[in-house]
Amino acid sequence: MEFNPQFMEPMIPKVECAAFLEVADNLQLIQVPKGPVKGYKENEDFLRTMHHLLLEVEVVEGTLQCPESGRMFPINCRVPNMLLSEDESEN
Amino acid sequence: MESIPSEDIARNLMKRTVCAKSIFELWGHGQSPEELYSSLKNYPVEKMVPFLHSNSTYKIKIHTFNKTLTQEEKIKRIDALEFLPFEGKVNLKRPQHVFSVLEDYGLDPNCIPENPHNIYFGRWIADGQRELIESYSVKKRHFIGNTSMDAGLSFIMANHGKVKENDIVFDPFVGTGGLLIASAHFGAYVYGTDIDYNTVHGLGKASRKNQKWRGPDENIRANLRQYGLEKYYLDVLVSDASKPSWRKGTYFDAIITDLILENSVGWNHLVLLWFECLAFFNKIYTEETVPRHPCLKLISNCEQKLSSHTSRRLITMEKVKKFEGVVQEMRLYSEATKSQFVVKDGHGGWGKEVEEIHI
Repeated sequence: MEFNPQFMEPMIPKVECAAFLEVADNLQLIQVPKGPVKGYKENEDFLRTMHHLLLEVEVVEGTLQCPESGRMFPINCRVPNMLLSEDESEN
Repeated sequence: MESIPSEDIARNLMKRTVCAKSIFELWGHGQSPEELYSSLKNYPVEKMVPFLHSNSTYKIKIHTFNKTLTQEEKIKRIDALEFLPFEGKVNLKRPQHVFSVLEDYGLDPNCIPENPHNIYFGRWIADGQRELIESYSVKKRHFIGNTSMDAGLSFIMANHGKVKENDIVFDPFVGTGGLLIASAHFGAYVYGTDIDYNTVHGLGKASRKNQKWRGPDENIRANLRQYGLEKYYLDVLVSDASKPSWRKGTYFDAIITDLILENSVGWNHLVLLWFECLAFFNKIYTEETVPRHPCLKLISNCEQKLSSHTSRRLITMEKVKKFEGVVQEMRLYSEATKSQFVVKDGHGGWGKEVEEIHI
């Protein structure tokens, strides 16, 4: 993916930090920033790292787990499946 | 004929439109050659001179609509314009300025008049993006479905959604991703979800004639790659858009989507939170039943006739107010019937739990 600071910069406040860090930790990714560093708009290293983590790291096969319900969502061929079964969605 | 404040605005307009072929600065107009010439004589010389001076090169083109002229007839028309103060050199290959005579012979190919209804003369400014309809044609697209949106309409929708560079565009009913392609063409990053596992994964029966099953690499990412737009691919998910699956907040600059299913109520309450601008197609049959909401301003409502008694509408809305209600209860109402639809519960899906209340 091409690095584009104009795209990355407004992305940062949209990231849910805690969840992001947990995922990065689960995937054993190194050099994950602990959160938006001060003055990140001018910090190209930070933006490049975020670019890499958000746009270039992809789970090909695996599962996503909901932190609240514990429900597992499978990822097949890079596509997470968020569908619930009929009885689950009743609640 | 439009009045546009500057040439730059006109050029920018033409960079986006797939509807208009070309734009010209109008110098004269008439219903006969004589009328045109006298109109041209009234056009201020000081407005012409910058484009006609002796150091410039130019060319004159004749465009006819609904009629074909011989080379001889065309030359005659060019010669007749001699009275204009052309001082530059003619250059047919790379002229600095192009001037055009446009002759309009009506729309009926079975009844072509001897003389044109209208003749225009102007300086060519820019061409529109009509060639995109051809270059992005669904016929040549790698991955398609039975309901893929045609290329021209996809670009019109992206324009309605004011899609621009670095935007994030979302399609909650993404299908084979046709609408995402048009948005990515304008430099937006694209994201989609669809309830159909097979479509998102590019599995199952092919929609193309003479092809039974979809190939191994038929997917949305490959579609974007075909047009050199893969760098704008964010992700796709298998997900039911009628159920709330997002955190609160505005994540998308535009939602551009095609609601193939006819029930428009079930999903509105969910998408409302996340976007700035929304353009969608829906088979809403009358003007009066267009969904409305206090946070949304209706920008446009365009009808496309599908048959003598059905049509679909391209609805464009802009968020004018921050939505602060509870997701589970969103009111959509139609003004004419004065009835209100209350979506009682986010899990209702496709209007299952929608009740109509008369007020």
